[in-house]
Amino acid sequence: MNVILDGIAWILDPVHWSGAVSIPQRLWEHIRVSAAVLAIASAIALPLGALIGHTGRGRELAVMVSGGLRALPTLGVLTLFGIWIGIGLAAPVISLVILAIPPLLAGAYAGFESVDRRTIDAARAMGMREAQIVAKVEAPLGMPLIVGGIRSATLQIIATATLAAYIADDGLGRFIFEGLKTRDYPEMLGGSILVIALALVVDGCFAIAQRLVVPAGVRATRSREHRTGPVRLRADMGQPVTEGNHR
Amino acid sequence: MIEFRGVTKRFPDGTVAVEGVDIVIPPHTTTVLVGSSGSGKTTLLRMINRMVDPTAGQVLIDGVDVATREPVALRRSIGYVMQDSGLLPHRTVIDNVATVPLLRGTRRREAYARALELLETVGLDRSLGDRYPSQLSGGQRQRVGVARGLAVDPNILLMDEPFGAVDPIVRSELQQELLRLQGELGKTVVFVTHDVDEAFLLGDQVVIMQQGGRISQAASPAEILARPADSFVAEFVGVDRGKRALHVTEVDGRRIVVDAAGRPAGVLAS
Repeated sequence: MNVILDGIAWILDPVHWSGAVSIPQRLWEHIRVSAAVLAIASAIALPLGALIGHTGRGRELAVMVSGGLRALPTLGVLTLFGIWIGIGLAAPVISLVILAIPPLLAGAYAGFESVDRRTIDAARAMGMREAQIVAKVEAPLGMPLIVGGIRSATLQIIATATLAAYIADDGLGRFIFEGLKTRDYPEMLGGSILVIALALVVDGCFAIAQRLVVPAGVRATRSREHRTGPVRLRADMGQPVTEGNHR
Repeated sequence: MIEFRGVTKRFPDGTVAVEGVDIVIPPHTTTVLVGSSGSGKTTLLRMINRMVDPTAGQVLIDGVDVATREPVALRRSIGYVMQDSGLLPHRTVIDNVATVPLLRGTRRREAYARALELLETVGLDRSLGDRYPSQLSGGQRQRVGVARGLAVDPNILLMDEPFGAVDPIVRSELQQELLRLQGELGKTVVFVTHDVDEAFLLGDQVVIMQQGGRISQAASPAEILARPADSFVAEFVGVDRGKRALHVTEVDGRRIVVDAAGRPAGVLAS
């Protein structure tokens, strides 16, 4: 317990709250790099996941590729890119993007797939264009799962962004690596506690967001059915209904 | 008028859903496609709005081959009502009804006003407009589905087993409501069901389909009962059994109509 108290004391020490390498500065750097990674990874994974979920094609490939990406040790990838690109933020950003893509992709295609095929079929039969089906039917109804993917990706990014300090002078990881080098364990622990606190706060925000994006009409069903967990309606997976249904 | 000319649908896996179908669906009447599952009735219906394209033959609406029409524009000009209503769960009733008019560029205010009117047309209170589909009963949802189908005032209304998922009492109510509506509006209705009673109740023309997507008989209910085309039709509609095989017996000087099991069905008038 003493060690943890030391860590907290280190955080509370006013000396660490001002100057060029203060806690607020490092916190800001950490948030900045995490947000950048999330933006880049989302720009790649969300449209791709939407495409896979909408068409029902390429799912196996996506599962395989994201499984492969998940298996990559981020520290190894970081070292590899570090050697290749050199010192700076580029290598950690690329490594973190690779880390964040699988959960984002999985959330996006699961979200799109979770939409009842009959609802999509009805939307098409009414005369919605494919893009309108994606934007007006699938995206809003799949949003809780899509946000769930963003949530889990963000948590991983924030936790792993500490590694950015391994080859760049950036983020809360600095305190950890610095503390390790100088055997300043309160500093190391203080840095860790800050990362954990940031991750929990952001995760809490996403938990709220995830509840808020459940469409009102769907929420009404849930409260009536007394369900608390997410409801997945999955009529036959994969192929969207393109031919005569329930023949 | 809708016309099927030599229409065949073969799916990529080799199953033949519909084979060599020729039918003429006269305007302003109700044509019911009836058959057991696997008879291709839904596939036939979905060819009218190009949800399914035939592998051979033509489907014509007022003499124009639908294959020459852009699918989205075609679908927006045809009302479609499906089983379980197919309402968008995240949109309110009024938004659901106004969906297609808004897609076609009708002003919001106008589309909503029309949607509210339509709710009354199908026998729902305007106050239900703000509800979500999940807050309605099955029968109410189905009525909203019909209102949505009518929203662009289409000439053609396609109904794919629309009353299949509601209980018998509500189904009977909805059937009566549809008869009333059709009396007022005179749309060209194409209705799919597996229920012969429903087909005979609603159809001006009844098309009986059998396995493999072939038509056994297309005629008025009275003609089908009087002259079933073959033994399949006779068996399917049950001309020689149950509540359709009626005969008259005399009880206390009045002529009573009884069914095959001897249960009284009613009194013979005059």
